[in-house]
Amino acid sequence: MTRKFVVYLILIGLAIFTAFPFLWTIVVSLKTRGPIFSIPPDLSLSGLSIANYTGVWKTLPLPRYALNSLYIAAMGVSLTLVICSLAAYPLARMQFWGKNVVFYAIVGTLILPEHIGLIVNFITMMRFRLVDTYASVYLPSIASIFGIFLLRQAYLSIPQELEDAARIDGAGDLTIWWRIMLPLTVPALATLAIFQFVAFWNSFLWPVIILKTPDKYPLAAGLLYLRGLFAYNTRYIAAGIVIATLPVIVVFLFTQRYFMRGLIAGAIK
Amino acid sequence: MPVRPAPKPSAARGLGHALNPSGARGSGRRTTLVAYLFLLPALALLAIFTFYPVIFGTVLSLFEYDVINPPRYVGLQQFQRLLSDRYFWIALTNSAKYVLVVPVIQLCSILLAVLVNRPLRGVGAFRAAYYIPVITSWPVVGIMWTWMYDQQGVVNWVLRGLDLVARPISWLNHPTITLYAVMFVTLWKGLGWYMVIYLSGLQAIPVEYEEAAMIDGASRSRVFWHVTIPLLRPYVLLASLLSTMAAVKVFEEIYVMTRGGPFFSTYTMFMYIFDKAFEELNMGYAAALALVLAAILLVLSAINFRVFRRGGLEWY
Repeated sequence: MTRKFVVYLILIGLAIFTAFPFLWTIVVSLKTRGPIFSIPPDLSLSGLSIANYTGVWKTLPLPRYALNSLYIAAMGVSLTLVICSLAAYPLARMQFWGKNVVFYAIVGTLILPEHIGLIVNFITMMRFRLVDTYASVYLPSIASIFGIFLLRQAYLSIPQELEDAARIDGAGDLTIWWRIMLPLTVPALATLAIFQFVAFWNSFLWPVIILKTPDKYPLAAGLLYLRGLFAYNTRYIAAGIVIATLPVIVVFLFTQRYFMRGLIAGAIK
Repeated sequence: MPVRPAPKPSAARGLGHALNPSGARGSGRRTTLVAYLFLLPALALLAIFTFYPVIFGTVLSLFEYDVINPPRYVGLQQFQRLLSDRYFWIALTNSAKYVLVVPVIQLCSILLAVLVNRPLRGVGAFRAAYYIPVITSWPVVGIMWTWMYDQQGVVNWVLRGLDLVARPISWLNHPTITLYAVMFVTLWKGLGWYMVIYLSGLQAIPVEYEEAAMIDGASRSRVFWHVTIPLLRPYVLLASLLSTMAAVKVFEEIYVMTRGGPFFSTYTMFMYIFDKAFEELNMGYAAALALVLAAILLVLSAINFRVFRRGGLEWY
């Protein structure tokens, strides 16, 4: 009994450790008066208001950033799903010339250093005249290796009989993929979609490099930019943080099972 | 992870071949064509944005290139320059120092995984709570922790409350402490991620092993060190190497909190590459720096690969 109590105590202590910055930020964002930094910190729940939220939403380009994020994430996620499920299919279920070479070339990219990509992809985007476009933000990451492997695994687990039956009925390759295979990989597709959504939503480094107009920034990059400009208005930034973080946490809490499964598959790759 | 051997497609192929002796299911020309059509978009994107950068990056390191004027061939001059570049050595030292965070983060997350790997009521909620920093974006984490580290901030409040510091410390503005303050944020954000890796490792260990040791009279801590940890070894190796590589190329936490300061005390390789490439538009020199970092990472992933195999794990 006491043992269990001690374990819970430790668990709660750790939860406070991981959650404290968030809790403090929420409290700061909900107040309009008093010192922000003080010892001890002001964690009382009196005089709360959503004035900072309406303020940051109305006076700063936060809605704009949110829309940018949504658009980039929507385009990025849907293109990832299409491209990865197309690519994973032959790797899982077809015998073709050069299959091993292709497979190992794709595996090999995992050890390629992605930081060189930042430099060269910037130059490539300049050549394509895509700098400062939304497309330049999502294009380099939609052929996700993680996604290809996740979906390949899903295709591999589909029984051969289904495919054979469809073939007897005279279905072609595209029909088999679209009608038979794709619907059976929906759990894996969901995992990949959630993962890519979080990745695109949180991305800031590549957007900051490739977007020259701050008005095109997604939320994470926009917050960083605003912090630089409005360093004094901590409460607005705090409200912005909550607005930027809440969607990801909500998505995570509702899709935890998919998320953890994907994470393990990804780490293990 | 105990990766189950993937079902060999060929084993299940018998029926397909019998049905289709013409070879539409085999490696016929048509199948090859169809397969490559399916692969085309992904391969094209990978070629442009993943393979080409490595080749072009290597070539670029032999040039002087500022994006505006045409590139000028300089041979190995960039690499020679690098050897006598003070900031390169500062950045390299700081990146190496950053590896100090690896043992701490691994030990903490193993303990955390063991702690949440028990059938307690509500343990799932705790796991989720520990995971939230992982899915939070770096700018948000950086801004929040800049506030936490404020002179009048929470960190100083806690440490003064515990009587660990005499007066408030300016955590992100101190030439010796700041690097470690940033490492602490890496730890805070990474814990949950490694916890999940170890959790999957712990759940792959049959309970019988630990039970048998307990029946033989081993104490809990002996079971942990002599049964659990050895069985967890492949996971420990995998996570440590991933975390070492992440530490060597640390960037995001630096960029959002200190930008390399104060006085270059948190200036790391990736930060230097970023500045050279995108602040100074000195692409050739940035590429040379990036290649050096890539070489270090390649050595680390070669070790990764070997240890992986020895750890009894299958690579896919």
